[in-house]
Amino acid sequence: MLTKVHTGLEPVPGIWWRPAHKAERVWVAIAFAWCMVLFAMMPLWHWKGGQNPSGTRRRVDPKAYYARTIAFATQYKVGEDRGLPIAAPPAGADVYLVGLTFQWYPILKLERGREYTLHLSSLDVNHGFSLFPLSVNFQVVPGYDYALRVTPTAAGDLRIICNEFCGIGHHTMVGRVIVVDAADKPVADNRRPSLLGGGAE
Amino acid sequence: MTAPALHPFRTCPATGHRIDRQAERLVRVNAVAAVVALLVGAIAALLLVLTRWQAVHLLPAVWYYRILGVHGMNMLIFFIIFFEMAVLWFAGTVLLDSRPAAPRYGWFNFALMVSGALLVESMQWSGRADVLFTSYPPLKAHPLFYLGVILFAVGALGVVGQFFATLVIAKREKTYAGSMPLVVYGAMTAAIIAVITLVHGAAVYIPTFLWSLGLIPAVDPEVYRLLWWALGHSSQQINVAAMVAIWYMLGALTVGAVVLNEKVSRSAFVLYILFISMASAHHLLVDPGFGPAWKIVNTSYFMYMAVLASMVHGFTVPAGMELGMRLRGYTDGLFGWLRRAPWGDPGFSALVLSVVVFGFFGGITGVTIGTEQINITVHNTLRVPGHFHATVVSGTAMSFMGATYYLLPLVFQRKVAFWKLAKVQPYLFSLGMLMVEMGMTFAGSFGVPRRHWDISFSQAPFDVAFSPAVDLFLAVMGIGGILAVTGALSFIAIAVKSVFFGETVTEFTRGVAMEGVPQGLTHPPVHPKNADELNEAMHAPARGIAGATPGTLVLVAVFLVAFMLYYFTNWKLLTFLWKIG
Ligand code: HEM
Ligand SMILES: [Cu+2]
Ligand SMILES: [Cu+2]
Repeated sequence: MLTKVHTGLEPVPGIWWRPAHKAERVWVAIAFAWCMVLFAMMPLWHWKGGQNPSGTRRRVDPKAYYARTIAFATQYKVGEDRGLPIAAPPAGADVYLVGLTFQWYPILKLERGREYTLHLSSLDVNHGFSLFPLSVNFQVVPGYDYALRVTPTAAGDLRIICNEFCGIGHHTMVGRVIVVDAADKPVADNRRPSLLGGGAE
Repeated sequence: MTAPALHPFRTCPATGHRIDRQAERLVRVNAVAAVVALLVGAIAALLLVLTRWQAVHLLPAVWYYRILGVHGMNMLIFFIIFFEMAVLWFAGTVLLDSRPAAPRYGWFNFALMVSGALLVESMQWSGRADVLFTSYPPLKAHPLFYLGVILFAVGALGVVGQFFATLVIAKREKTYAGSMPLVVYGAMTAAIIAVITLVHGAAVYIPTFLWSLGLIPAVDPEVYRLLWWALGHSSQQINVAAMVAIWYMLGALTVGAVVLNEKVSRSAFVLYILFISMASAHHLLVDPGFGPAWKIVNTSYFMYMAVLASMVHGFTVPAGMELGMRLRGYTDGLFGWLRRAPWGDPGFSALVLSVVVFGFFGGITGVTIGTEQINITVHNTLRVPGHFHATVVSGTAMSFMGATYYLLPLVFQRKVAFWKLAKVQPYLFSLGMLMVEMGMTFAGSFGVPRRHWDISFSQAPFDVAFSPAVDLFLAVMGIGGILAVTGALSFIAIAVKSVFFGETVTEFTRGVAMEGVPQGLTHPPVHPKNADELNEAMHAPARGIAGATPGTLVLVAVFLVAFMLYYFTNWKLLTFLWKIG
């Protein structure tokens, strides 16, 4: 027996815990199955997929992290662009990048197909790591070191846009990542000519 | 405060409800405050779209960020929550024929909320809170900004408490028989979630306030993000519950939508509470504070039951409308009930647009981008505001506007002013917002950041050259934004004119159309006397699964296919990135 015909504005007399009609039961079952797919995809991708925001995460003192990054940039410095060091660490190395208002430090030069451990953190406020044009995005939080294992898949001259509001100069905060292929051929698909000369090449 | 009226109740001429005059006044002031906030937010919205549309680039940088904060606060917090307060007063008293609990205290809470809002407003406009509405520390605002938020939240919590007390009164004084109506049940769900939300609000804003005063040395930025989103996301669940309650209400008023099965609909509301995503992990999917297991569990609790709940309502709401129409004789074909529905009734068009855009656009994008790995490509890009304007604006705000077209004659006892404009307003607003959402979503998929003043990067050390397609998408957003703001301002003009200068209407004659009164009031959608028999016949097992609501079955099938396509396309796109782990 169905409930008496009524709208959602009317109080319901008697007991409303009645069996649902088949159409609703079927839809609930399908929707439930789909929700399980939605859930299962996430663990599945950790197992089989190549892109996961896992990394290792630990707390750091922002100043200590900053110092570590400067040491890293000095150690692997191969050139300079716009006053920023270009660091070219060997494959497998720990790579340090720091966000500070309003700069990404240092410039990174990586090799295609090699794996690195990319550390992200901030010296001051929240920043947003957004690798252009791939749109790879991570939140960069002061006091937290986010270490992600990354393997660049194509050579190119990439940018890091800051996509978390970090103050009034937020929109000027752009960094640079150069990915070269194995032969270390210089890559410069940059529109601004002055940049073509910049870098280690 | 107000002298007790001689006759505390009046009887609604259209619905026969007993309306308490004190409660009615509280509904009115909260609704008016909501409209004022909407006005400020809409002007801000215009300035924002005209700045993000890079070809126009209207505001200077400082004002863009400032106005962005103003827009977020006025729209998401003040407009939405004031309106929800009006909904709580309405659902607790009018729909239950009850008197309100402690109406004077209601005025006190209203005053608290207004003063909190004014404090926030003054801090933002004077540049002492340039921290956007999320105010992530260590960015720091003036202490009065945080205090304003706290006052506002305390007031809101007070009203929620009064709503529960009103439910108790109604029950005890037996103002209704049986179980409370589904719409009130939905409002109650929203109120319960509001308590959870506001507790998190206290946990995050009180320490931050003390920190801004210098009484606490620091607030951990990641803990803040966790707690802030426990507030920020749960509050979206309030909006969803309130919106769904309004869907059921507008369905009933405009086309006589029936409740197919109380058990199913009410259980879906309960799922909202149980699976509220307390930790709001989907905002923190690419944050360094939490591991993958934590992220996966807290976005889904293994089952995505809140998504299930919305998919259930996404079926039962249209199916209830279809059945309501069919019972009233609109039985032709699969979609005769839709074709012959009252599309000129702004309450009805707002309802349909809200359901469709919320489901197809907001829901599908939301679940997809809230997936742990897919979020890597989406976090903080324009795809995020593209998604949430489809939920909280095209969905929630649109449904609130639709409800207003009925509240004006029912509660304010005024005809809807500028009636012709009112009939097109939902279409205008919804179309404009859809363009905004599309434009943002597509631009965002090229990596265009949200909350960013200048994507030409003219002052940056390195150039960034977006695809020329981005210009096109931002233009779509810009033009859509102008349409949507026109729609919002039309709504405000209609509401203000009706409330303050409108023609009084105290009686509706059945069957006689009246300029300025929605069709559902002059031609109430009553079911025939033999509705129960018809209903049984339509549900006869011989008619199979599609017996009673075949049209809705087709619609939800289309929805599911669209969902699957979008979802798996995004997984595919993910594989083009670097390897990351
Ligand atoms: C009237 C039509 C509206 C238009 C044209 C509009 C447009 C915009 C634009 C252009 C942005 C800035 C995106 C960015 O640069 O990152 C924005 C942000 C936002 N809007 Fe709207 N909006 C409208 C209505 C609403 C409503 C009704 C709500 C809430 C109920 C809302 C909530 C928000 C929020 C929460 C933000 C994010 C602010 C932030 O990132 O800090 N909007 N909107
Ligand atoms: Cu920034
Ligand atoms: Cu959320």
